[in-house]
Amino acid sequence: MNKYVTVQITQKGAVPSEPVEQGKRCPSCGIPLTQEVLEESLFVCPGCEHHLPLDAPGRIHALADPGSWREVAADLRPEDPLSFWDVRPYSERLEEAQADTGLSEAFLAGTCRINGLPAALGVMDFRFLGGSMGSVVGERFHQLVLAAVEDHRALVVVTSSGGARMQEGILSLMQMPKTVVALDLLAEEGLPFVSVLAHPTTGGVLASFATLADVIMAEPGALLCFAGPRVIEQTTREKLPEGFGRAEANLENGQLDMVVHRRDIKERVVETLRLLEGGVICRLEEPVREDEEVLPWGSGAFAQAFARAKELAVASRSWLLGRDT
Amino acid sequence: MRERQPSAAVWKVVERARHPQRPQTLDYIEHIFPDFQELRGDRVSADDPAIVGGMGSLAGRSVMLIGQQKGHDLKQRQRHNFGMARPEGYRKAQRLARLAEKFHMPVISFVDTPGAFPGADAEEGGQAGTIARTLQVFSGLTVPTLSAILGEGGSGGAVALALTDRVYMLENSIYSVITPEGCAAILWRDSAEAASAADALRVTAQDLLALGVIDEIIPEPRKGAHKAHRATAKKLARALEAGLLELEELSPSERRRLRREKYLEMGRLAS
Ligand SMILES: [Zn+2]
Repeated sequence: MNKYVTVQITQKGAVPSEPVEQGKRCPSCGIPLTQEVLEESLFVCPGCEHHLPLDAPGRIHALADPGSWREVAADLRPEDPLSFWDVRPYSERLEEAQADTGLSEAFLAGTCRINGLPAALGVMDFRFLGGSMGSVVGERFHQLVLAAVEDHRALVVVTSSGGARMQEGILSLMQMPKTVVALDLLAEEGLPFVSVLAHPTTGGVLASFATLADVIMAEPGALLCFAGPRVIEQTTREKLPEGFGRAEANLENGQLDMVVHRRDIKERVVETLRLLEGGVICRLEEPVREDEEVLPWGSGAFAQAFARAKELAVASRSWLLGRDT
Repeated sequence: MRERQPSAAVWKVVERARHPQRPQTLDYIEHIFPDFQELRGDRVSADDPAIVGGMGSLAGRSVMLIGQQKGHDLKQRQRHNFGMARPEGYRKAQRLARLAEKFHMPVISFVDTPGAFPGADAEEGGQAGTIARTLQVFSGLTVPTLSAILGEGGSGGAVALALTDRVYMLENSIYSVITPEGCAAILWRDSAEAASAADALRVTAQDLLALGVIDEIIPEPRKGAHKAHRATAKKLARALEAGLLELEELSPSERRRLRREKYLEMGRLAS
């Protein structure tokens, strides 16, 4: 039963596709930055740790184990259901975004392994019309959830979005309930969802699936708010404090679990999934043997805990293993 | 080049949808649910007057009513914050929806808001996450759920109350991903282009019916709902009652399955 199309893309093509112009400087501290330095640091300034935008292929490169990425719903292409026209036709804006980014949409979905863990991974790309959520983004999210459910994988999504895509009108607003309903399918299977909120995540994406994750992480300095500081200042004539709506403020306000440096995200995601899975032990009737096979990336206590979880995973058809092992 | 109503006609609908004398949630409640009993508070921190709610009866059944209230005059509008809810308002909606589920009461929500409140305190209180969790609560209900867009259905703050089995729109209401003014300011870089934006966004009840987003348009008296509260309320009551009886024919799990399928199809492209 092939409900979605799988397309293999080579890992080689999964490095940030946008070359840094000559003479680029860090927008925060001003030191000169080269493409080589940025690729090495996952686009974090080595001088001040400012997190520069990382595009979707770069995200996949940073998170998925080499060679493990299989794209889901890659054949979906955006359409122009409203024949939307502002100062330019939407269809023209779409073509331009596709040409500029080399992507078909603002969201890439796929299955992969993250340090060996089978995952369903979704990444947004802010370069593509501000990472806005239209019908294809919502449908790819839905297909990604179905892929997670089918293979019993954990769901991991990295967001970066200005919100709903205006040019698809009410249909883009409907992607909010749609993605929320899709997550019910995941929850019913007891599968975990970890979201990583990157700069910026606002509007309809933050107000739907992004904030419904079991564990929410954010990158340092990321702007995370519903309305956006400009709208707030215009509407309420309030002067907003420094750092308003940023990841660190959201952490203080109880809206997320942790702020994680980009270089540590992969490890933190894996560790979070491992701990979430550890709860399976409560369902065990027999005590666990300690002589389990150790998975290749682990060692010591970590590996033992993991091995224990692995045995349980076999018994409980867990997402730790997936069906393709 | 398109078979569209001229934007002047669309803008007339926008103006009617926002008319200060247009009937609002509490007006409809007064006309349709004489035994209404208001319930207040989110049980966490506050009671948000931008969202009102409580129990009443329709066709002999107890139902839960939840809706945004804008207020008619300035004093009321300030009290209800122009129908722009804060997280506590959405938490109140969640609480009432859960209460309804517990006692097998259908949920009827009334949407009338320019949007969720864009204020610093609302953001700090988790406006986005609270809207998401409200959608999640509505997604999980098994009781019959119905919503009606009364006037303005503005963006995420509106859809938060409208993930329902049936969605109705009053003839002169609008429902949009962004306010026409906001869209014009961003795409045209000129908020004076709001009428063009309203046209392009397709915000009228006819548009939404054609796009498969709503189920039915509730006609208004010829001069508009603002001139005929009672007559409009009668039409709304009739539609809600008919919808409720239809939904009662289905089992709880069937209702949830159909609602789920409906939303998973939204915007899905034919391929
Ligand atoms: Zn720097």
